[in-house]
Amino acid sequence: MILELQNVSKHYQMGDTLIKALDGVSLKVNAGEFVAIMGHSGSGKSTFLQVASMLAQPSSGKITLRDKDVTLYNEVERALLRNREIGFVFQQFNLLPRTSAIDNVALPLVYAKVPERERRERAQKMLERVGLGDRLQNTPSQLSGGQQQRVAIARALINDPSIIFADEPTGNLDTKSGEDIKKFLQELHTENRTIIMVTHEENVAAIATRLVVFRDGTVVSDGKNKYAKYKKNLPVQVE
Amino acid sequence: MKDIFLIAIKAILTNKVRTFLTTLGIIIGVSSVVLLTSVGTGLSNFVTKEFNELGANRAIIFPGDIFGDDGSFSSENQRSAFANNKLTLREVQVLERMRDDVIAVSPLNLQSDTVEFQQKSKTATVLGGMANLAEVNNIKLENGRFFNQIEENGGSTVVVLGFEIADSLFGSIDPIGKRVKVGGQTFTVLGVAEKKGSSFGGPSYDTYVYIPLKTVLKKYDTNKISQIIVKTKSTENIDQNIKNIEIELGKRLKDDEFSVVNQAEILDTINQILGILTAGLGGIAGISLLVGGIGIMNIMLVSVTERTREIGLRKALGATPNLIMFQFLIEAAVLSVIGGGIGLLLAFLGTLAIQSFIPAEVTPGAIGLALGVSTVVGLIFGAAPARRAANLSPIEALRYE
Repeated sequence: MILELQNVSKHYQMGDTLIKALDGVSLKVNAGEFVAIMGHSGSGKSTFLQVASMLAQPSSGKITLRDKDVTLYNEVERALLRNREIGFVFQQFNLLPRTSAIDNVALPLVYAKVPERERRERAQKMLERVGLGDRLQNTPSQLSGGQQQRVAIARALINDPSIIFADEPTGNLDTKSGEDIKKFLQELHTENRTIIMVTHEENVAAIATRLVVFRDGTVVSDGKNKYAKYKKNLPVQVE
Repeated sequence: MKDIFLIAIKAILTNKVRTFLTTLGIIIGVSSVVLLTSVGTGLSNFVTKEFNELGANRAIIFPGDIFGDDGSFSSENQRSAFANNKLTLREVQVLERMRDDVIAVSPLNLQSDTVEFQQKSKTATVLGGMANLAEVNNIKLENGRFFNQIEENGGSTVVVLGFEIADSLFGSIDPIGKRVKVGGQTFTVLGVAEKKGSSFGGPSYDTYVYIPLKTVLKKYDTNKISQIIVKTKSTENIDQNIKNIEIELGKRLKDDEFSVVNQAEILDTINQILGILTAGLGGIAGISLLVGGIGIMNIMLVSVTERTREIGLRKALGATPNLIMFQFLIEAAVLSVIGGGIGLLLAFLGTLAIQSFIPAEVTPGAIGLALGVSTVVGLIFGAAPARRAANLSPIEALRYE
């Protein structure tokens, strides 16, 4: 088991009302699983992603990543943890503007204090892997949406993270580029990477092996992906 | 560390126009501070040099009590003192006998009169002095020679012309040996003094003409001495020498009929005034440095807001709050150091440009101060925006549109 959430809640105070974005969520994710998170907007799926990926602290509950209780970590320790253990793929790509693809991919290595030479070599290899070996020096504005998301995936993979969190990875792409990215994520899955992906599109969720559905801050269903179009025999945990 | 530095540099280079406009405040601030202090230092050095050329053991005796009740110079006292002048050649002789305290005595009588050559005429300050005047007052000759002891004793009608007088009366003609009329009387030109220029709006030595004292006293029918320059025997004991002079003159004159001024005191007073002026002007210029710093803070705050997403992303990917703060602090500091550097360069050029009118010198102290202050300004005014960037929450930042 790689990630475990035990009775995790996230509450916001908004004026007079207390918003329970996450309300006592428990979930276990094993290494190599590809989990799709679905739910309507306001269901808590985005908050789940932020809390599970250490971007935000839960109000209560316990999160264990690789047997370590990360809820005890302070801000600096969580920053270092994100740097080493977590890869992010965002809906908006979130690449640095006016910065070459290779420098964007190498960014996490800067904060991991990897020497510059090694950074360039690793970033170049990773870009070649996602099929952008001929676009090393292109800035985001010189790349298509699909290409930008591939740069973002290369960046997510550069530190060889334990878990990849993808937030609507195809949400800003046309159908063709979306298919392209989906194929990539499937490939990563076959390499036994752990992926947790938030989406509201059934055909995107279809590439995952496990489906978790959120409603009103709680998990309402968790199990084998009913949308799954392809089969891969991986153990699925059901709470 | 080096990587964070490069990130900051890159951010600055990406927006060149903004960088230039932001640093403009610092550029103006630093260049005006350095330029003004360099003028102040230059003037002070110039005055000190002029005084030192005359010798540090100089004292001047004026008629009357030229000091006011509070001990400072009083122009009102000075006017009444010259009207009731009690200094004569007898006091000069007293001083000349004080071999233990005085090595040179050079009395002066100042008049104003016209100097004519052919059809041209020019108003000049007529200075009657002794043969030792050239040495005591450091008058260097461009041409010809100064009058000697024999000419002085004999009351000869010879004259040494100030540079400007010679230039306007003679032009390209060699004035040596020519005859000019001073106040209607014919004098033979012995020499021409070197060009000296005016010192701070005072009378220019270039419009002086030098005539033997005895000749002047006779010509203007007076026995009054306008001032007596003395060179004291020692530089270290100048105060003791001056005290002895005061005692000796006090036997003949009342306390309020003469004043002895130590040159070092005059120099100190002038330098003090210049120092206050420099500090005051520098301080006013320093305000523009402050305004420049506020400009940097303003732009850095805009920059932090603009780059909220970038900050959120960096944090998500593992940048600690300290690294983010460091990145923005460096950006602010580099901006102001760039401004400081350009400002310094402008101040250098400005100093070169004005050097022909005003003595000005850029001192290492001014350079250090300007760069130091601009860096500190950058760090101080960069701190608030940098802290703001460091404290942004990554999710809030990533969500920011």
